[in-house]
Amino acid sequence: MTAAFSKKQKAVVKGAIISSLMAATMAFLLSIFMLGLRTKSAAGALVLEPRFTLVAGITVLVFSGRLLLHLFWWNKKALSSHSFKQPGWFEQLASSKKIGWFGQLALAQKLKGLGKHGGTIMIALCFILPLLLFFFNLKLGTGLPLRYWFDIATLILTYIMLGWGLNIVVGLAGLLDLGYVAFYAIGAYSYALLAQHFGLSFWLCLPLAGLLAATWGVILGFPVLRLRGDYLAIVTLAFGEIIRIILLNWYQFTGGPDGLSGVPRPSFFGLPFKRYGDQTFHIFFGLDYSSLHRILFLYYIILLLALLTNFVTHKMRRLPIGRAWEALREDETACRSLGINTVNTKLTAFATGAMFGGFAGSFFATRQGFISPESFTFIESAIILAIVVLGGMGSQIGVVIASVVMIGGFELLRNMEGLKYVFGQEFDPSLYRMILFGFAMVAIMVWKPRGLISARLPTIFLKTETAVSPSPQNKGDAQ
Amino acid sequence: MSQPNPLLETPEPLLEIKGVNSFYGKIQALRTVDLSVHRGEIVTLIGANGAGKSTLMMTICGKPPCRDGTIRFDGRDIHALPMHEIMRLGIAQSPEGRRIFGRMSVLENLQLGAFLTDPHHFEEDLERVLQLFPVLKERSGQRGGTLSGGEQQMLAIARALMGRPKLLLLDEPSLGLAPLIVKQIFSILKELNRTQNLTVFLVEQNAWHALHLAHRAYVMVNGRITLSGKGSELLEKEEVRAAYLEGGQ
Repeated sequence: MTAAFSKKQKAVVKGAIISSLMAATMAFLLSIFMLGLRTKSAAGALVLEPRFTLVAGITVLVFSGRLLLHLFWWNKKALSSHSFKQPGWFEQLASSKKIGWFGQLALAQKLKGLGKHGGTIMIALCFILPLLLFFFNLKLGTGLPLRYWFDIATLILTYIMLGWGLNIVVGLAGLLDLGYVAFYAIGAYSYALLAQHFGLSFWLCLPLAGLLAATWGVILGFPVLRLRGDYLAIVTLAFGEIIRIILLNWYQFTGGPDGLSGVPRPSFFGLPFKRYGDQTFHIFFGLDYSSLHRILFLYYIILLLALLTNFVTHKMRRLPIGRAWEALREDETACRSLGINTVNTKLTAFATGAMFGGFAGSFFATRQGFISPESFTFIESAIILAIVVLGGMGSQIGVVIASVVMIGGFELLRNMEGLKYVFGQEFDPSLYRMILFGFAMVAIMVWKPRGLISARLPTIFLKTETAVSPSPQNKGDAQ
Repeated sequence: MSQPNPLLETPEPLLEIKGVNSFYGKIQALRTVDLSVHRGEIVTLIGANGAGKSTLMMTICGKPPCRDGTIRFDGRDIHALPMHEIMRLGIAQSPEGRRIFGRMSVLENLQLGAFLTDPHHFEEDLERVLQLFPVLKERSGQRGGTLSGGEQQMLAIARALMGRPKLLLLDEPSLGLAPLIVKQIFSILKELNRTQNLTVFLVEQNAWHALHLAHRAYVMVNGRITLSGKGSELLEKEEVRAAYLEGGQ
């Protein structure tokens, strides 16, 4: 409890100042071009508009922020004169991390408890979601049309389905696929082209699109059988780009950059969703025409497709082939030494994953009514992969959480009108989505490097044994 | 070449390796290796680091494939088959470094060992294997990667046994394990051989233990078999003692 600083404390403060200065210099150098200069078009020419106050502000902010972190967070112990202190709320929160809400095991157990009924509850919620949204919108008045909410729900479900599809390849079989959007594209174009040239209906094209995508999955699978990890990722990335560039340039067949428009809408057992016609959905059921019918119908289609994906994955995990996928992810040599045909295992993983991508693709085509190569760029692959990785590879529920947060979050940004009052009228929050996306990635990788849900539930248990030694899920992570 | 032991000579050995040459790229790892394992035998191959013991084991499994010579197993030429097909014929391997599926539970590891067998046998085989290695029963829900080295080795052997093999290949089961655990594992192997007539081909650096366990043994130096004979006989041989036992024991 002495007023004077000890030598050690002085050294810490000195180090903190130096480190903060360095960080501030770095921030200055980075921001001088990125933020300090802005191009503006004035009188037919581009003019540079300097914004040095902003740069100065950022530099000062970084300096003081880092200094504060040094003094009050990273070096708390060295600088505090009290040797024993009652833990503050923050320390309590930090220490409760090990056993509390954020704890792996606790979360896993919660999910295990939730898993019994949680899945059913969630599915039920999904089924009555339109109803809930209806009341929510009616009573509270969100200021947005009901259609908007249904569209978001459909979009999120599409990404959940894609995430689950990719989860088979990346999460279960451990094959890093950066070109998953290719199968999405193949599914979409398959449906659009089949429908346009042969007049086939959505329900006939859906399995065909899945089949075609699966075939392409096998075609991609063959050349990459010997590759793993980085090399596999590079080839799949190239595959995704090849498909997109073919779609872009094969004008006679795919319409090139113009895309394909007028993709037929799905019908309800042969009843189209049209305002006029003899035998339409609303006439058959004696309802007034509403465009919401189709939107709702699409929502239920994607819900069922997504549930199908989950169901198949769930079942597959318990079949020998699913076990072989997981074993392949763990150790390829060991797989072969147990008599597992790794070639077939990899190809089935690629084909199954691709098939669900194809399903989702043809759904996308029928929902949008218009497709072009623009929709199948690498960033889509990246987003789907991010959903799988952030959710925790191999975790089905993780994919759901990540999709809701990411896709829902992106959409939320579009509607943050309130922020305009804070940051001015020019402020467009949706421009910041990639930055937030990056922040989310970094945050997850720092705090939960194995994804939100990293605990993996085994597919088999001993019947007699219930007591499992403590923290079996966790130890492996530490290694 | 040694004289085969007349007592153990049966019409056809379970595993017969004749004149096998094997290469890693241009480097020859095995030089005209002849070796046979009969039904119900424990045969060991000892040798120093880099002698080619593990290569021989991997060559039996088809990777790397042998360039010359023949490998016959249970009356079939297997040297042209891919690894998973060879395993399908009834060879199980506990590979070097154990290669447990780290993120999967012990039970799942065992289940994968039974990948090729009729699922109806699973319960029965599981019971049998867990009786042999009771510690695995305690650990059944735990991740493979969280086991200790000895437990992992036991799991590797148990996983191999789940496939009901005609021939069990063990690559250095004593590697990195405490002497007590080694002793335990070797006594289980002996027991398995005695009660269930399991045929074992064992590659080991731990010559003392291996020679005590094995009916017959081969010594490999620089990719060649230089000595062979009964395990107990080799234990007595001066050159074996000098090279592999003195100081080791």
